[in-house]
Amino acid sequence: MAKKRNWYDYLWIVSLLYLALGFFNIMFAWLGLICFVVPLIMSFAGGKKGYCNRYCGRGQLLFLLGKRFSKNLPVPKWLTSKWFRYGFLTFFLLMFFNMLFSTYLVFAQAKDLKEIVTLLWSFSLPWNFASSAAPVSDWVKQFAFGFYGVMLTSTVLGLITMLLFRPRTWCVYCPMGTMTQLVCKAKYKE
Amino acid sequence: MKKIATLPTSACVSCGCCETVCPKNAVAVYNGIYAKVTTSLCIGCGLCVKACPAQIISLREADSVG
Repeated sequence: MAKKRNWYDYLWIVSLLYLALGFFNIMFAWLGLICFVVPLIMSFAGGKKGYCNRYCGRGQLLFLLGKRFSKNLPVPKWLTSKWFRYGFLTFFLLMFFNMLFSTYLVFAQAKDLKEIVTLLWSFSLPWNFASSAAPVSDWVKQFAFGFYGVMLTSTVLGLITMLLFRPRTWCVYCPMGTMTQLVCKAKYKE
Repeated sequence: MKKIATLPTSACVSCGCCETVCPKNAVAVYNGIYAKVTTSLCIGCGLCVKACPAQIISLREADSVG
């Protein structure tokens, strides 16, 4: 019954490594853009959501952890509703653009570099221990701190809903998943 | 009576978790929009039912599925 395993079945290791590297050098956070760009390219160019079930390391990680730790409680209806999914996507994008604006302010030298990672859009965690000595502009580092916050926040949310509900409950309201589904819907006019 | 997986396509989030676990490749995400079950391939094992994070897949008797 078991399916043959492929190289992409181990991408959860990459996800884990990504989170770990952010504790040592924040510049690795830039690599997270792959998780944003690849699904969008796949949906725009191919009209598919293959990234979600095949290449999403985070989904795999949640699935593996969930097999052991998930309580498997019934998912609340509101969590799977279109209102919540599109609302969360909108909120997530607003916060993302807010992070980009902070990066711009550092670029424009209107603000100094802040070596903090914001968790759950509320909690500022000092992250200077992962500060990078790379000879790059401050805005490049600011983006890395901001983006790592985005990735860490989504991981924490994914872990919480994994513990409570199904292992991959995050996939229900994952902004990238919602966005790529919308792209596919628009592409096929459904 | 043979059972097969069914789902309301409008509620599907097209995450593909069902596709990942299906041992018979009986379910696949159609055009990135919703999962579609090929009833002739489905063996009613229920793995997709357990894997679906939106909890929208259920097993029904084959005769009752149009």
